[in-house]
Amino acid sequence: MAFEGLAERLQGTIQRIKGKGKVSEADVKEMMREVRFALIEADVNLKVVKEFVKKVSERAVGVDVMKSLTPGQQVIKIVKDELTELMGGEQSPIQFAKKPPTVIMMVGLQGAGKTTTTGKLANILRKKYNRNPLLVAADIYRPAAIQQLQTIGKQLSLPVFSLGTDVSPVEIVRQALEKSKEDHNDVIIIDTAGRLHIDEDLMQELKDIRALKEPDEVFLVVDSMTGQDAVNVAQSFNESIGITGVVLTKLDGDTRGGAALSIRSVAQKPIKFVGMGEKMDALEPFHPERMASRILGMGDMLSLIEKAQANVDEEKAKELEEKFRTQSFTFDDFIEQLNQVKKMGPLEDIIKMLPGAGKIKGLENAKVDEKQMGRVEAIIYAMTPQEKTTPDIINSSRKKRIAKGSGTSIQDVNRLLKQFEDMKKMMKQMSNMQQQKGKKKMKMPGLDSLFK
Amino acid sequence: MSFFKKMKEKLTGTSESVSVSEKFKDGLSKTRNQFTSKVNDLVAKYRKVDEDFFEELEDLLLQADVGVDTVMELMDKLRYEVQRKNMKDTAGIQSVISEKLVEIYESGEEESNEIVLQKDGLTVILFVGVNGVGKTTTIGKLAHRLKQQGKTVMLAAGDTFRAGAIDQLQVWGDRVGVEVIKQSEGSDPAAVMYDAVRSAKSKGIDVLICDTAGRLQNKVNLMNELQKVHRVIEREVPGAPHEVLLALDATTGQNALVQAQAFKEATNVTGIVLTKLDGTAKGGIVLAIRNKLHIPVKFVGLGEKMDDLQPFDTEKYVYGLFAEGLEQEEADTSK
Repeated sequence: MAFEGLAERLQGTIQRIKGKGKVSEADVKEMMREVRFALIEADVNLKVVKEFVKKVSERAVGVDVMKSLTPGQQVIKIVKDELTELMGGEQSPIQFAKKPPTVIMMVGLQGAGKTTTTGKLANILRKKYNRNPLLVAADIYRPAAIQQLQTIGKQLSLPVFSLGTDVSPVEIVRQALEKSKEDHNDVIIIDTAGRLHIDEDLMQELKDIRALKEPDEVFLVVDSMTGQDAVNVAQSFNESIGITGVVLTKLDGDTRGGAALSIRSVAQKPIKFVGMGEKMDALEPFHPERMASRILGMGDMLSLIEKAQANVDEEKAKELEEKFRTQSFTFDDFIEQLNQVKKMGPLEDIIKMLPGAGKIKGLENAKVDEKQMGRVEAIIYAMTPQEKTTPDIINSSRKKRIAKGSGTSIQDVNRLLKQFEDMKKMMKQMSNMQQQKGKKKMKMPGLDSLFK
Repeated sequence: MSFFKKMKEKLTGTSESVSVSEKFKDGLSKTRNQFTSKVNDLVAKYRKVDEDFFEELEDLLLQADVGVDTVMELMDKLRYEVQRKNMKDTAGIQSVISEKLVEIYESGEEESNEIVLQKDGLTVILFVGVNGVGKTTTIGKLAHRLKQQGKTVMLAAGDTFRAGAIDQLQVWGDRVGVEVIKQSEGSDPAAVMYDAVRSAKSKGIDVLICDTAGRLQNKVNLMNELQKVHRVIEREVPGAPHEVLLALDATTGQNALVQAQAFKEATNVTGIVLTKLDGTAKGGIVLAIRNKLHIPVKFVGLGEKMDDLQPFDTEKYVYGLFAEGLEQEEADTSK
């Protein structure tokens, strides 16, 4: 069921090309067909895909691919570079008004996540930019939308301006602007009602709000799971009210997020933030390159590395590496490693970031049982220091003792010992591999069973 | 009678209630054109059934989020059929397309588009789905619909997480005139369900509709929580929940298939409500969902008003999938 990434899709074609002396135009065409499908499956709009593929083909048919030793990799690289570029090179910061207050309007379809994003944005503005934002509840249509914003305001201890549901949104915003002057709020964020881009009356309302005071930012909030229709939405909102940027929400899900590319290419406006969770601090800057990898199903290695850097002790990592190499890895190190990994957050999130993790058998839908990890820890803690360093001495009476001491069964102990052995083997393989790069396909025995 | 003639009759509304079919048509295609003229346009544009024709059709369906696999399957079937019947021109091809689409959707099985209500005793309907798809709104509309049919309805405010969700359901409860069982924000949703089921049983309610918090399908803990909610209901009323409806946003792309799969595993989803179909999105992925996971669409949401929930009609839906896309293509080519 899991969607194939571009790399997997290209496997077949690349295998065939490998045997040949050079790559023909027909090969490129075939690869582009796969690129096309991969992008459509990632929800990039068909028209955007067609333009994109045309552009990439032109580059790919050129010399660099033909002369390249690994044409497959070359094609993926071209595709990824082109994607990254399309999604905007540099990050664009929030535009603030020269003379406060800065006015930010949040617009979008129903259920995109405008209200939640309004709260997150206000939180960032206060924390990072040291601003004093006022939230404006201008969604008078959806039941309890105002309460939702008020609750968020309370959570963040931020003021929320509302006049109930009987006053028009235009009037609400007009009064909010006045209020912000009185209270010295230097940013006001207007949470508007979700609306269909084809609803002319409601689109007019946005234009009217806009006309009160030229907003410094108009953020289109888009659900990252949006399919082909993303282009229509982005185009309509941009044409009728003029957006300045995009916030892509719910990116903590497992969607490929091709909508990002669609929106970018029709609206030509930067994606400024991505929503990564339901908590109020889960709003992050947009990284074009990571998004490109994600759309292509290549795993989010960069985020993983960043996470690891933030959480893993450099010194300890070096020590561990040394142990891998010398094969002196013990159960103590194992526990140490477990703890390091745990600090990085839920394991299943981490596994998802690994490129190709979806392809490892048994790992495609890996559900990591945190309790199982607890059991593993208990078993290791029940070992004597000697047993930890030389597990070979663990005979059946020792196993019995360990099982009893850790409240597990002998089978559990056996399984862990087996996994530990497998892991050691894997490490040996990996360090061998580093020496003779990429000759052998990496096998990860035991990795899948470890988390079950 | 040919499929398209039947469809035309339905859409121009001789037999059925006009308002319903008009609404569906409006929601789906935002067009005043008569259906027949569209068929004529298609025939006029492509007299011959050739690769160009197939390619354009392929594009239309891909743009409706039908997905690569399903579109390829359909194309294979179509090409085979065209060859078998030796069809040279486009006359008659439209009906073949629709028939094949319906065939893929139903894949030979008769999964009911209707929701199942218990003849006696309590029926429990559980709503699940990702964030922002319209679960609470749909519950309000469904409650209204069931009440119109003379049922006594009760709502359970199981979204104790999102700010304002309980209030939102309460507003719908007041609007429709049904009782809402709720606890405070942040309380255990399973406990809310327990209360609600008990209360519904003791009051002899016909249908209890349970709201749950939106959750992304890759959040294991939240999916476990949903399973717990499901178990609590099951324990209190054997055989319940009788329907587990997955609310699916029509604007969602291919991820909808993953959603359906994950929610089916966790809660044994019995049907889909395709929401926000009054926009320009088609939600074509439901074809693949039905085809691969055997989950039928039971309702479509066509707006924010109380009576904007309609039963799903496969034929009309399939027609809407390519009819509007066709218009768009025409507009593009005439530019």
